Amino acid sequence: MNIIPILITAAALFSIGIYGILVRRNSVMVLLSIELMLNAVNINFVLFNAFLRDVLLQGQIFSIFIITVAAAEVGIGLAIVLMIFRNRQTANLNDFDLLKW
Amino acid sequence: MSWYEIVSYLILFLILGTGLRVVLTSNVVHAAISLVLTLAFTAALFLMLSADFVAWVIVLVYIGAVIVLFLFGIMITRAPLGRNAELDNVNKTTPALLSLGIFLSMSYVLLTSFSGEVNVIQSSSIEEIGLILLGRFVLPFEIVSFVLLAALIGGIALARKDVALISEDQI
Amino acid sequence: MVNIHTILPVFLADEKSFGDGGVLAEYAWLIVVLPFIAALAITFLGKKMPYGGAEIAVASILFIFIYSFALLILNISKGVVNEFYVQIGSIGALDLEFGWVVDGLSIMMFFVIGAVSLMVFIYAVEYMKGEIRYTFFFTSLTLFAGSMLVLVSSPTLLQLLVGWELVGVCSYLLIGHYWEEKKNSSAAIKAFITNKVADVGLMIGIIMLALSAGTFRISDILYKATHGHESISKIAVVAGILLFIGAMGKSAQFPLHVWLPDAMAGPTPVSALMHAATMVTAGVYLLARMFPFYEGVAAPAKELVLLVGVLTLFFGGCLAIVQDDLKKVLAYSTVSQLGYMITALGAGAYTAGLMHLWTHAFFKALLFLGAGSVIHAVGTNNMSEMGGLKDVMPKTFKTFIIGTVALSGLPPLAGFFSKDEILASLSHEGYAGYFIVAVIGAFITAFYMTRAVVKTFFGEYRGEGHPHESEQLMTIPLVVLSVMAVVAGWVNIPGIYTGFTSWVGTRGIAIKEYHPDSFDLTAMSLGLLSAVTGILAAYFIYIKFGNAETGDEKIRLQPVWKILENKYYLDDLYIKGIVDPLKTQVARKVDKFNSKVLDRFINTVGLATAFLGKIVYSNFDQGGIDKLVNSVSVGTDNAGGKVKLIQSGRVQQYLTLFLSGVLLISIIIFVLY
Repeated sequence: MNIIPILITAAALFSIGIYGILVRRNSVMVLLSIELMLNAVNINFVLFNAFLRDVLLQGQIFSIFIITVAAAEVGIGLAIVLMIFRNRQTANLNDFDLLKW
Repeated sequence: MSWYEIVSYLILFLILGTGLRVVLTSNVVHAAISLVLTLAFTAALFLMLSADFVAWVIVLVYIGAVIVLFLFGIMITRAPLGRNAELDNVNKTTPALLSLGIFLSMSYVLLTSFSGEVNVIQSSSIEEIGLILLGRFVLPFEIVSFVLLAALIGGIALARKDVALISEDQI
Repeated sequence: MVNIHTILPVFLADEKSFGDGGVLAEYAWLIVVLPFIAALAITFLGKKMPYGGAEIAVASILFIFIYSFALLILNISKGVVNEFYVQIGSIGALDLEFGWVVDGLSIMMFFVIGAVSLMVFIYAVEYMKGEIRYTFFFTSLTLFAGSMLVLVSSPTLLQLLVGWELVGVCSYLLIGHYWEEKKNSSAAIKAFITNKVADVGLMIGIIMLALSAGTFRISDILYKATHGHESISKIAVVAGILLFIGAMGKSAQFPLHVWLPDAMAGPTPVSALMHAATMVTAGVYLLARMFPFYEGVAAPAKELVLLVGVLTLFFGGCLAIVQDDLKKVLAYSTVSQLGYMITALGAGAYTAGLMHLWTHAFFKALLFLGAGSVIHAVGTNNMSEMGGLKDVMPKTFKTFIIGTVALSGLPPLAGFFSKDEILASLSHEGYAGYFIVAVIGAFITAFYMTRAVVKTFFGEYRGEGHPHESEQLMTIPLVVLSVMAVVAGWVNIPGIYTGFTSWVGTRGIAIKEYHPDSFDLTAMSLGLLSAVTGILAAYFIYIKFGNAETGDEKIRLQPVWKILENKYYLDDLYIKGIVDPLKTQVARKVDKFNSKVLDRFINTVGLATAFLGKIVYSNFDQGGIDKLVNSVSVGTDNAGGKVKLIQSGRVQQYLTLFLSGVLLISIIIFVLY
């Protein structure tokens, strides 16, 4: 199959993820959008692995790593959101502005 | 157009659709479930690209663990369940434009740089991946395991309830 | 540009040879400049020195005395005639030059000034001890010495005028030394103004001469005068009269003598130096310097000179009889003796007049210093509070007697020779009337001096103090001056030794005068007779048939006495006639004009400037420039205030900005290239 549609799709997914990060008010939703972006990257890696017929399967390997790190990151991220929620009783990103001028 | 292509376009379309659902819906649970679907269809795509192991890893790890984690997070942070109009920021135009711009520039680059076909002949076996993973990429593998360990410990340390401080007159 | 060049005069009628003075003459400017440097040194260093700067003054005068003595010896042995000029500028064709002239006349003046100043300075160290403004006193005194030297060493009329005025200023400073008392400052002003009135004549005369001759140089003017240049002879008489008017002021001739008695308000050393020996002789010096001019083309002016001199001689002497203040007696005596000198010069007796200047300087200074010694001891100027001091102050008494005898003109003391020469010249020139008046003047002189001596030293002490002899620093100058009073006359004895004649005759231009080769017996005997008569008369009135207090009553001939006591009502005339109208009418009008018109104008200018300044300040400075400067800071502040809003603390906003940047850069790099 042609790689261009898949590339475009990955790019679109990435942009959608960006949109999601900037738009969503809830911290958990933002983390969700981050997952979208990481997923788009995964598509890219695997696609190029197939396209370049890599013997070392580096694309796939790296994709595995990405998934692993994403999982760890989500765990930590949610723990942080939990902590904040315990202190502030809110998960609204707009309320976390202590670094304001 | 062969079945292969039709199915691939369908999967791509579905990926995009569910992805859009993730960011556009005003129901948090729907967003989480949409992500599940996006990841599922991504796994299907990977299968078509003969990356079997990665596909099932996605299903296993992402859908099986991460999303569950998300659902827990949604529940614990008392995110308002059900349809909720306050889920989004007020100003949506700037992010929309921004993401559109990024998409356009990226697609322009992609279109001018790449072209070709992907011919899937045989899928890679787990044996190959295992050999490469623990052969050539053993160092990143070990480091990532450390990352996981750190995340594990960090998650527990962050999220547990505060232990009462030892009172000073006991020192 | 400094041009120094000498002129060796080519017109000397005498066969007498002379030299150019060599190194001594070349460096004679030292004695003129040194006092000014010393005055500066005293101003800055005097207060810190043990004697308050008097050391510098005495040292400088000592140098002058030694130098002038050396010049005198040189003149006696070889003769010196030389002139040096320094050009300082020019007005059109007229050159402005200063310089110094070294010839017989100026050397004689140098010596007189140096010697008398030295004695007075040493005397003043003791006399002025403890007085107020001690250091400034010596500064002024040294300045005065310098000014007088400028005057007598001037080869140009310009420098003469400068020296003339300088001397007037120093006189003002010194007379008004005790200016805390109004009487003293008034006396200083009177002296200055009276001199200034006379100086008008001097200035006009100088200008006339300079413009006609085309030069300020005295030797050139004299040359042109004696060689019949048309330009000079036209204006000669008028110029001569005008110059003499100037001399009248400075040398206290009648009727411009009124300042001299009042000038006694100054300290006694000042009176001794300035008003006896040096400053008042400036007029005599001027006439002597311009003598060929007066002898030649300006001869008719001599009539006026003679008349004024004789009047002064007589009237001054009369006034001395009625005085109670010892210093005023001596002041009028000085007026009278100056009259003698002017008379001599008016009669064409160059040497006689200068000889009297020479001897008078010594014995009048002696008399003044002696009077100062008495006043210092007794504490008052008035003779009615003195008396019987001859045993208490022996040195002062003896030297005072010597001075009196010298002044009265008894041989072999100095005054005899000089006065005798004057009388001889008067009779020789045929001025019979003036001669008789001069002889009577000799009588009067002897009379009032003896009167003064009796009242001061004889009889009972009428005062309240405890007089005692003065310190050594005061009596030593008295002794030295008394020696000079004795021997000074021996420099010119007709028939035996006439050294003085050749000394002062050593000039670039020939002095034509009558030189007697022996004593004129008529003149001599008449003079002696009148002097002795005067002494005897005073003796009888004040000692034999009366005493010091009551003697006056016998001779109080009204209304003559009254007129004399009121100084011929001259002062009243001057004050009511000239000073008061000026003070009240003119001065008031001038003051009104000054305050109403001038002051108002200046105030308006000031107010306008202030107003303008205010406008500029508020509009340009505050409104304009300040606003500009402030706007920079305010603008920065506002900009900062706006920029800081970017930092909202909200992550999504940061991300938006971040990603916009990424997009931008990626577009630039990947798409546009």
